Amino acid sequence: MSKFDHLRGVPGSRSRLAAQVWEGARVEADPAGIPEPSDVAVPEELRANIEHHMSLYPDPRSAVLPALREAQRHHGWLSPEAMVQVAVVMQFSPAYLESVASFYDMLELQPVGTHTIYMCTNLSCQLRGAQDVLAALAEATGAPVGGSSPDGAFHLRAFECLGACDIAPMASIEGHYRGPLTPADAATIAEHLRSGEAAADVLPDKLPTKGVPAVEKRPAQ
Amino acid sequence: MSTGILLRHVDVPDLNRIETYERVGGYAALRKALTEMTADQVLKELEASGLRGRGGAGFSMGKKAGFLPHGDIQKYLCCNADESEPGTFKDRELMHRNPHQLIEGVLIAAYAADITNAFIYIRGEYEEEADILDAALTEAYARRYAGDDILGSGFGCSLVVHRGAGAYICGEETALLDSLEGKRGNPRLKPPFPANQGLYQGPTLINNVETLSNVPHVIANGAGWFRTFGTERSPGTKVVSVSGCVQRPGNYEIELGIPSRDIIYGLAGGPPDGRRVKAWFPGGSSAPVLTEEHLDLPYDFEHMAEAGSMLGSGAIIVVDDSVPIVSIALRLAEFYRHESCGKCVPCREGTNWTVKMLERIDRGEATPMDLDVMADVQGNIIGNCLCLLGDSMAMPVGSMIAKFRPEFEAHMEKAVLRQAAGRVGDGTESPISLTGEAA
Repeated sequence: MSKFDHLRGVPGSRSRLAAQVWEGARVEADPAGIPEPSDVAVPEELRANIEHHMSLYPDPRSAVLPALREAQRHHGWLSPEAMVQVAVVMQFSPAYLESVASFYDMLELQPVGTHTIYMCTNLSCQLRGAQDVLAALAEATGAPVGGSSPDGAFHLRAFECLGACDIAPMASIEGHYRGPLTPADAATIAEHLRSGEAAADVLPDKLPTKGVPAVEKRPAQ
Repeated sequence: MSTGILLRHVDVPDLNRIETYERVGGYAALRKALTEMTADQVLKELEASGLRGRGGAGFSMGKKAGFLPHGDIQKYLCCNADESEPGTFKDRELMHRNPHQLIEGVLIAAYAADITNAFIYIRGEYEEEADILDAALTEAYARRYAGDDILGSGFGCSLVVHRGAGAYICGEETALLDSLEGKRGNPRLKPPFPANQGLYQGPTLINNVETLSNVPHVIANGAGWFRTFGTERSPGTKVVSVSGCVQRPGNYEIELGIPSRDIIYGLAGGPPDGRRVKAWFPGGSSAPVLTEEHLDLPYDFEHMAEAGSMLGSGAIIVVDDSVPIVSIALRLAEFYRHESCGKCVPCREGTNWTVKMLERIDRGEATPMDLDVMADVQGNIIGNCLCLLGDSMAMPVGSMIAKFRPEFEAHMEKAVLRQAAGRVGDGTESPISLTGEAA
């Protein structure tokens, strides 16, 4: 049993930090401090976006999540380089930012494929066949569930409830909700994204919130 | 044309645009509150309406706002839009279709409690809804409904849409506050409650999207009008999300107190032809399951509690008789294991061991005693953690073991037989693991 094997079952241990430990990183070394502004070049757009978010809150620390999301959008994932850039703008240590980032499902601490698909596999979607759609998506995109395709085009994840059980089984395709999906839709989605078309235009007949809500009166007592 | 409260105008095209919202009477309540009423009068009106929190706990909204200390102290309002409870999708539809209704409600509530900084914490997955809210907020600022000196009244309140990044636990109010402060979303010890010490250690009012969306209607039409809907103790309407094994899943606005059967069969069409309701969750996946015999109970806070369950977020998940109950329990336990923040031992270990035991049952490696152990584990989680996440697994899983024990036992026996049959002659060891830890 290696030195850190006992950590494997601990929730949250899937972070890149843990992965580095397995690969023999120097865990006894001090973590990196807050980087010097003169040492790190930050893309102008990213810096402006982060500073805008920091200006919205009474305490700039509140902008950590928005800043990490901006950095992930800019770099594709939260690479060590991205972390240092956020760290230098916000004046936090990269270690602190990583401790926050490792908590949240949508922040990626490993490189991932370009097009991200979250397939909901929670109860309501599973009751309506989510597993079959997920398997079809894995086949159509070439990405294993929870991983990225070898060509780097797709990133497929089985996600917990995405809050659209009215269109179950559903998936979030780069942030755009679509459902109810059938296994046959998987190929359509993969082709659409592969051809470079906007994710917002995929499967236009499967948009959310189109059901007509009804109102029921309580019978007189 | 529907006659509800919250979903009343959802069929109007472009309701998310401020001109449309104003045309159907929008922002009149904010104007009325700011120009004709004192903050105290607004608070009293909310309390008199009997509006109860729609996020799960069902606490009186007016009372909650009244708990905030008065005087010259920096206070905050957080709208909880981190809707992550499996089966719940009402807040998404409310924000998607009618974002200004929520913004107006937030600003009126802020006025009532004398709050100048408000936030809407929306879950990160709701990218489209967050964009819709941001666009609506820009319009509201441009028309001076938000920001400094709203409508010339002297009252000002800033409002920020804050996007999460994927964590169920951030729907718990104190975890939400930590997350909003830029930290990991770990729940805090209570007390102190957020009304005394919340965001940035200041008094904080936290309400769900649906609760706040009701506020403009209460102020515009009065508490008496609001009380003509629903029951004496649960006034108003409730948006219920019906999903799972039903023919017409969706959001339905109902008056609390109608029979549950009318919702599941009448509105949602019931299970597919030839199927029966085997179990149903009355209030999201955290609620103990009910069965067919409970279908005629009135759907409200009190009757669900009497039946041993809860109204929760108002999300009804229907499971029909073709689905093995063990698979439901396992899927739920896996979900809560994944979402446990890991801070409290009973939840972190309890969810993990429950998953392992259910997997053993499914693989045919369990003994009947395991069911008792599992039920015991659930009992030891409840009430022993900082927040309710562990309880949220323990309650439904515990109720499934209690209500469907024969099915668990049959599932176990079948799995053992299947396991034994599969291994005849291949020389592997006994299917029942004695070491406890399965590979």
